[in-house]
Amino acid sequence: MITSKEDLTTVLVTDCGSTTTKALLFEKTKSGWRQTFRGEAPTTVEKPVADVTVGALNAFKEIEELSGRSILKDKDFKTPAQKKEGIDLYLSTSSAGGGLQMLVCGVVKHITTESAERAALGAGGIVLDAVSADDGREDFERVEKIRHLKPDIVLLCGGVDGGSTVHVIEMAETILAAAPRPRFGNTLQLPVIYAGNKNVAKEVEEILSEIAKVLMVENLRPTVDKENLGPAREAIHEFFLSHVMSHSPGYNKLLAWSPVPVMPTPAAVGDIMRTYAEKNNLNTLCVDIGGATTDVFSVFKNKVGEFIFNRTVSANLGMSYSIANVLIEAGVENISRWLPSDVKDSEVKDRLRNKMIRPSSIPQTKNDLWLEQSVCREALRLSLEHHKSLAVGLSGVTQQRGIASIFSQTSNRYELVDQMKLDMVIGSGGVLSHAPERLGAALMMIDGFSLMGLTEIAVDSIFMMPHLGVLSSVHPEAAEEIFLNDCMVRICHSIVPVYKEKATKKLNLARVFVNHKEVGIVIKNKIQRVDIPEGQVCEIRVEPLQKSVDLGNGQGEKISKTITVAEYGLILDGRNRPIRNTKNELQNEIYKELGLL
Amino acid sequence: MKNVLTPGLQVLKSTKLKKIRELPIKGSVLVKVGDLVNGKQDVCRADLPGDLRILRIPERMGIEVEEVLAGLKIKEGQSIQQGDVICEHSGLFGLLKTTYDSPNTGIVEFITKKTGNIGLRLPSKPLSLNAYVDGKVVSIVEEKSVEIEVSGSYIQGIFGVGGEKYGKLKVIAEANEKLSLDHLDNDIEGCILVGGKLPDFNFLLQAEKAGAIGLIAASITEIPLKTYLGYDLGLAVTGDEDIAISIIITEGFGDLNFSKRVYDLLKNLDGKMASINGATQVRAGAIRPEVLVSGDFSIESDVDSRKVTFESGLVVGQSIRIVRVPYFGERGEIVEMPNKKEVIDSGAKARILRAKLESGEVVTVPRVNVEIV
Repeated sequence: MITSKEDLTTVLVTDCGSTTTKALLFEKTKSGWRQTFRGEAPTTVEKPVADVTVGALNAFKEIEELSGRSILKDKDFKTPAQKKEGIDLYLSTSSAGGGLQMLVCGVVKHITTESAERAALGAGGIVLDAVSADDGREDFERVEKIRHLKPDIVLLCGGVDGGSTVHVIEMAETILAAAPRPRFGNTLQLPVIYAGNKNVAKEVEEILSEIAKVLMVENLRPTVDKENLGPAREAIHEFFLSHVMSHSPGYNKLLAWSPVPVMPTPAAVGDIMRTYAEKNNLNTLCVDIGGATTDVFSVFKNKVGEFIFNRTVSANLGMSYSIANVLIEAGVENISRWLPSDVKDSEVKDRLRNKMIRPSSIPQTKNDLWLEQSVCREALRLSLEHHKSLAVGLSGVTQQRGIASIFSQTSNRYELVDQMKLDMVIGSGGVLSHAPERLGAALMMIDGFSLMGLTEIAVDSIFMMPHLGVLSSVHPEAAEEIFLNDCMVRICHSIVPVYKEKATKKLNLARVFVNHKEVGIVIKNKIQRVDIPEGQVCEIRVEPLQKSVDLGNGQGEKISKTITVAEYGLILDGRNRPIRNTKNELQNEIYKELGLL
Repeated sequence: MKNVLTPGLQVLKSTKLKKIRELPIKGSVLVKVGDLVNGKQDVCRADLPGDLRILRIPERMGIEVEEVLAGLKIKEGQSIQQGDVICEHSGLFGLLKTTYDSPNTGIVEFITKKTGNIGLRLPSKPLSLNAYVDGKVVSIVEEKSVEIEVSGSYIQGIFGVGGEKYGKLKVIAEANEKLSLDHLDNDIEGCILVGGKLPDFNFLLQAEKAGAIGLIAASITEIPLKTYLGYDLGLAVTGDEDIAISIIITEGFGDLNFSKRVYDLLKNLDGKMASINGATQVRAGAIRPEVLVSGDFSIESDVDSRKVTFESGLVVGQSIRIVRVPYFGERGEIVEMPNKKEVIDSGAKARILRAKLESGEVVTVPRVNVEIV
């Protein structure tokens, strides 16, 4: 296989998801690097097939059929690429089999345990539980809980260097008492990464060596005001490859196919997103709403102007396997409020539970589609709440932080994600990427994320970001080219004033100008679309018409920005935030206004 | 997705399959190859190591770690009985003596010098594993597992709760009847009830009181399920519920009738001993709830239908059932499989098929919205 980017012409990339294995072909064409063909097949990591490569080969076959390119010979790749034959390089990401499942243990919930969570999530993991000495549980409850988890990796931390020792050792004892068994590999020792107080590293290793393979790394919270997540993250990736991937069904073959390490899917998404946000100086939010989980990624400037990357996983908020859990967490009335017509609660519940037990089915009628889109709004709302609680800055000190981390911060927590300062939101996952109407996808994000101020809304056309993330590790320029040309579909810009309800008597909230010409007025509780030719670079200015109206620069202050107009122009949204009083009639009007009915 | 994995729940009047009964740790196998076993018979046994209990003595006695270590009356590796003194401390110039007595019987596994905590390994617990099914032992792995071959009928449901149960099948209602207390008689102790749809909580409660151990019904709704379980089910990952009646649903949630094929087969098995398991895991390679009845029935198929489904996908002429509105529950036969995606009513583009329903109507449905029957 070819790994030198100058020589690459044809790259095949798979993302082995928990449900579907998606293969994409990237080719260097006359018009540059493009995504040309796509094939997908059910993931086969679980029984009865229990070999991830079977699903991958099925996806390759579909690409062969669609492209006419012969890729395989006797289940081996033909390399290098010729005109209509072979590929130069194969790459893959993976979240199959439930992704990288981790248990994090620390001493203080809002200090070391939270840092450990950020390290695990940033490295692409799913946190099964976050245990800390002050989590309010009794010892036996913690032991009981840990015992029933089957984590791929345990990340243990706690105590700043030279600080608490007793609680750290006690946490190691708790893990010993629970003796959780790793998910894969019956004979495998549980991988434990210790990233806590260095003064008790020896004792921790002694306690845990009986049941675990312990890897010592630098303290991820060396002082209260510093975070150092890099070494822990690297150790997670190392264990992911050596202990998780290599013991998952069929992954030995998959790993042998590619000269580049298989990346956890979320880590790959984080890579491409962070690169784009930093390069374009944009506070960016990205969501991947899947069948079982919803991942939220953000790149936001902290108080000293550094871009900070964060990722969270809302493990049981999803559109198929977990759809009934969204129903439980949000409540049926919160889901129903987004529907353009009234549907009985019992029908909503039955339909969603039927989707849960037949997760691959898709809505055939508009009504059924709208119901799933309503669930999506609530999943987005709940997952953003979760993300904001964990994506915090530690104010004051300038430090370094990589994709998953490497940074240090002071201990004063503040929320990094502020919708008013959000420049761009990118949605991916079937319900957003494959929404029949792009505006429907935009509306789900406007509602679910409760967007405010001026925000550009885009979707990942076919959930290509994981593929591009791993491609960027070999050929960043090709990845960026494809990201801009084929991956990101810019839908519209939303303009959402926020106002004090009682102090805002008049209906007209703000005037909108494009290149100094008035194009519309934002009206209380109305949504309108303003059509402007796509691709036009223009200056947009929004002026409040009442003192209590805030567009992002403070009450009564105007905003202006240069934008490239997206396909559907501007959406002027006069519903105040948070959106509380949505009713079916209002939704019906909105759907009509946007041409979605 | 040409090779889409269309769920085809297995409904086999006669088949052969193997069940592996495996201990979680090393133990002993109680049967030998060739033995005929019944579902209730124990086939493996092991001693599960006792839990490791951490005794946080400094915290309990309110003294320093050094004082705990100085007052310890036990050593690592020592067996101790409940009530034995583990630590003794003298305060106030020896005037006040306090002790910490062992809360359990066990073996002292470790003493941590940094914390003064003690790890006490509690006595092991015996674990017995029954055969779950009626069949013949065809292979064993010493100290670990038994493989049992079963000949008989095998039916998968779409969703279930509750674990393994073994009892007599008793048909109590017709395929499309709403279940009510009238369907329960006094003779259902140890039985797996079959038939009907939409049981309410009172029905489940009364059935439990009368000793029923299982229910196979066409459909259910949220409230009785939630009330019976004691919590709301958000994920279709089940099997560990602590409930007296394992429930298997064959069609889904809401007012849905039994598939004729499933009901007819179950009716034919009325009165026979069955093994059921409500365990469900809706993921790729899903685990679905199952009903297994061993017996010498006429061989209809000896094929693993899931394997066939996976390898061949959907083809013209195949019988299917639609699992999504607006045709939920309708059966038909595939008459066309267009290659190209088409726009469906929702506005989305999808791979579709055309099926002739039993009514004669030809409808277009997304391929992912059908099950092979």
